[in-house]
Amino acid sequence: MRETPPPTADAVVIGGGIVGACCADALSAAGLRVAIVERHGLAGGTTAAGEGNILVSDKELGPELELALLSNRLWTELGEELQAAAVAPTAGPADAAAADIELEAKGGLMVAMTDAGHDAITTLAVQQRAAGVVAEPIDAAAAAELEPHLTPGLVGAMHYPQDQQVQPVKASAAVLRRARGRGASLHPHTPVTGITRGRDGRVTGVVTRRGAISTGVVVNAAGVWSRQLAAMAGADLPIAPRRGQILVTEPLPLLVHRKVYDADYVGTVGAADPTAAAISSVIEGTRAGTILIGSSRELVGLDRRSNLPLLARMAARAMELFPVLADVHLLRTYLGFRPYSPDHLPIIGEDGEVAGLFHATGHEGAGIGLAPATGALLASLVTATTPPLDPARFAADRASLHRAAADAEPVDA
Amino acid sequence: MRESAADGPRRPPPDGLRVPPPAGPSRGAAFTFRFDGRQITAYPGETIGAALLAAGIRRLRTTRFAGTPRGLLCGIGSCFDCLVTVDGRGSQRACLTPAIPDAEVEVQDVPRAT
Repeated sequence: MRETPPPTADAVVIGGGIVGACCADALSAAGLRVAIVERHGLAGGTTAAGEGNILVSDKELGPELELALLSNRLWTELGEELQAAAVAPTAGPADAAAADIELEAKGGLMVAMTDAGHDAITTLAVQQRAAGVVAEPIDAAAAAELEPHLTPGLVGAMHYPQDQQVQPVKASAAVLRRARGRGASLHPHTPVTGITRGRDGRVTGVVTRRGAISTGVVVNAAGVWSRQLAAMAGADLPIAPRRGQILVTEPLPLLVHRKVYDADYVGTVGAADPTAAAISSVIEGTRAGTILIGSSRELVGLDRRSNLPLLARMAARAMELFPVLADVHLLRTYLGFRPYSPDHLPIIGEDGEVAGLFHATGHEGAGIGLAPATGALLASLVTATTPPLDPARFAADRASLHRAAADAEPVDA
Repeated sequence: MRESAADGPRRPPPDGLRVPPPAGPSRGAAFTFRFDGRQITAYPGETIGAALLAAGIRRLRTTRFAGTPRGLLCGIGSCFDCLVTVDGRGSQRACLTPAIPDAEVEVQDVPRAT
């Protein structure tokens, strides 16, 4: 796997997480010779630190919801393609392993314990339905049938059958494998040390610890570290790390069938004061039997120390929603960093100043869910073909991005 | 995991695999608890995991998917490999749970019911 990077490529993707994988896959599908360079191991950063959410339920009407709906469809198609490949007459053990990405259309349940929360999800669902999201209002009794261990004290709930879950590391491996089959080369443990530009300002190549690659297209999919990568090319990108923590219980018999969210989940992601620590409860079972309890949001740079009071709040809220959890052991916690974008939209497209430098970053906590559509959109912009959706709202030079960055000035490590 | 000879028919020494104490301090009065129906000797202050290890028992459970054996791994409460049911209470870490007289310790091969 640790091949020396090629001397030339049509495009170099920087970042071996799910977003880089999907960009490389889409670019390869468009016929480009792609090299993926990753500083550490593949799919080992933010991609490995999340819950594998593929959600439409937490998106307000707008460009992110469009991206989420397209991505949701692409994830389903990928899952079907992998399953078909696994049972094909020519299939081998590697095909079966690649198909096992734990993609599950388990659905989500947004639960409200207050009238205010119930009003909020009801209003949101009206908007979402207009965009094609399936959002079914259900009462407390129906919610109890779907999730028998939920607290009886609910006002109401909204059921989102389209919400899916995937094991993000396995999914990245499957996407990278497909990209490789289309001719892409993978270069883990290959840190980028520079991005070169010609006299006309255009990008001309990428310098790595393991050699230089000449290319006219550089895709910055470095997530949390994309600001530093952009700076290597002389570009400024207002991306900051936003820390998140997750609790993991001991393995249990199936207690939580769907993804269950607190009704205030939507409000917290786009909270007015982004620098304030916040939690938004997401509780779900995994195939291994553990229950994941997420998650927190903090702008504290790249500090890897746990915030114990915040973990305690997450556990307390989870026990309010699922009283059965009060008697359950926690095995561990983990944390990671999301690439935070000041106006809460990813950045997908060519840099406003540096020609040939494309960004695919800033997905915050939605990177797994949004990655396939991000790859499709990015590839269409690189190859100047018809984009699958309007790229303007994701443009790197959009006014809202830089205005919001100037207002918030998030802490950068 | 290779089974130790002590799991076999050879009779363990009277004090199990415990290191003999130096002259002077005493272990206190031995007592017993039950592990899957078998009488296990323990001394005050020992954990269930320690007493089972002294009795030569290394296999505390098997994994729920592959059925492979598990026992004391980290021994300090971190790995959750040594889970047992103690007096009906599931998922107790043998390495941290003190042995008490007449406790009923059971193998837990499936995730506990709640």
